[in-house]
Amino acid sequence: MSSTTKTSKNMFCMTSDNFEKMLSVMSPVVLLAIWEAAALFGWLDVRFFPSPTAIFAGLWNMLISGELWEHVSISIVRIIVGFIAGAIPGIIIGLAMGMSSKMRAIIQPLVHATFPIPKVAILPLLILIFGMGEMSKYAIIALSVVYMALINAYEGVRDIPPIYMDVGDNFGANRKMMFWDVALPGAMPAIMAGLKLGMGVALLVIVAAEFVGAKSGIGYLIWNSWQIFEVEKMYVGLMVTAILGFATAALFNYMERVLIPWRKGPSRRPARSKKNAKA
Amino acid sequence: MMQQRAQVYEMKRPAHEAKIRLKNVRKVFKLEEKEIEVLSPINFEIRRGEFLCVVGPSGCGKTTLLRILAGLEEESSGDIEFVREATQPGKKERRINSMVFQEHGVFPWMTVRDNVAFGLKAQGMGRKERYEIADEYIEKVGLKAFKNAYPHQLSGGMKQRASIARAFANDPEILLMDEPFAALDEQTKIILQAELLRIWEETHKTVVYVTHSIDEAIVLADRVMIMTTRPGNIKEVIDVNEVFSRPRNVDNVKSSAGYGEMFGRIWSCLRDEVMAHQREVEEGK
Repeated sequence: MSSTTKTSKNMFCMTSDNFEKMLSVMSPVVLLAIWEAAALFGWLDVRFFPSPTAIFAGLWNMLISGELWEHVSISIVRIIVGFIAGAIPGIIIGLAMGMSSKMRAIIQPLVHATFPIPKVAILPLLILIFGMGEMSKYAIIALSVVYMALINAYEGVRDIPPIYMDVGDNFGANRKMMFWDVALPGAMPAIMAGLKLGMGVALLVIVAAEFVGAKSGIGYLIWNSWQIFEVEKMYVGLMVTAILGFATAALFNYMERVLIPWRKGPSRRPARSKKNAKA
Repeated sequence: MMQQRAQVYEMKRPAHEAKIRLKNVRKVFKLEEKEIEVLSPINFEIRRGEFLCVVGPSGCGKTTLLRILAGLEEESSGDIEFVREATQPGKKERRINSMVFQEHGVFPWMTVRDNVAFGLKAQGMGRKERYEIADEYIEKVGLKAFKNAYPHQLSGGMKQRASIARAFANDPEILLMDEPFAALDEQTKIILQAELLRIWEETHKTVVYVTHSIDEAIVLADRVMIMTTRPGNIKEVIDVNEVFSRPRNVDNVKSSAGYGEMFGRIWSCLRDEVMAHQREVEEGK
């Protein structure tokens, strides 16, 4: 053991924390550089795979003209509205299922039966019900998010150690307190995991839904650019989707720290890297 | 003046007045058609204001007995009678019991203060009032500097201090304690035992304290109830107070001549039961 910890000092003589951060920044940069070189030397067909610099130029133009923001903002609004409309009932129903066996008996078969249906597959139905307008977009996002929130909230309550329920019982907590002071915070780590998954699914679904059922949004931008062969704009759409995914992940990690202050959080690192950080 | 004080003391601790009456309390668990008797009919009177320690071989049902008293489990048959204190006019009825759980009893998602105030909140007390009372008990257990800390920032001993403060803050008539110090190291244990005695002696609540440690039972208890192996029943009740009077000093008890003798008395009662339990385990019963 001791010999490995001694040799693990890296070639840049950095602490391992900083070294890992640098690696995280370097890996996409190196990938982009290879891509740029491949386009430059003609190894890639730039009609289908334009160089990163060409894509960035397209991004810049679309930013200036306001076209990009138009598409991005409308997708973001759809995601936010749909996400909230799915997450809140999902969490409440999930917690209720975890706390009451009657609720579990009623809801569980419905969840098991409907969860496996791909949400995009019911888009036609949703458009039929809600029309081509925004409602159908909100609905499909909400539907995708509700399962993630519900299933994780439910599992979260089930995983709360029984001793906390005993404490609640013994100290005479009523149903309301059991919900707000025991079940909700106890399930919060699982709920946050569910919301992260839900946000990932929401991004997948909104882009797919906008391919076919919309005249605006990131998905529309990607699909439309492809059809009129403005390949750079399509890549801009893909890039923006990736950036949105990255940004929401960062946002949720931040929310997790605020909402779950009792988690050990950043200090919970593997012992090995801690040792190196001191060295 | 002196007389008056003595009278108050008498009122607080009259000799041998019942607080909890157990009549034929029996507990049976059903396990795949098979019935396992955990507690065979127990008849016992727990005295008002006494510190009763319950020791017994593991699996003898001592924790089950405590959980029944706490209302977390129901007796299969028999009767438990709590002799209630008179409610002060204009005041709400006090909680009958509060439990101090084994090591993981404090909510990790609440600060020490919210943990200690939990029972008071459950009683419907407003924030300001319950925090005032919580702070008082947090100070009593020496956690003043940590009242806004979360449990993961505390040591095992500090968590149990919080747990004890929570139970006392609730001001129940009976305190139930389920091996609260079992997971602590020896030094911390001795200090917490002394502090528990100090706080308890201020209030003289009825305490039922389950432990597997003979040493702990001697240090803390007025009486030690020794249980038989499963199905659990009362093997013997030993009066520790006859040897070590109150107020008691943990260090003096441990270093006194009578300590070893008391230890021997309890262990000789317990040994057969522990051996019987061992044989059962070996035979895979």
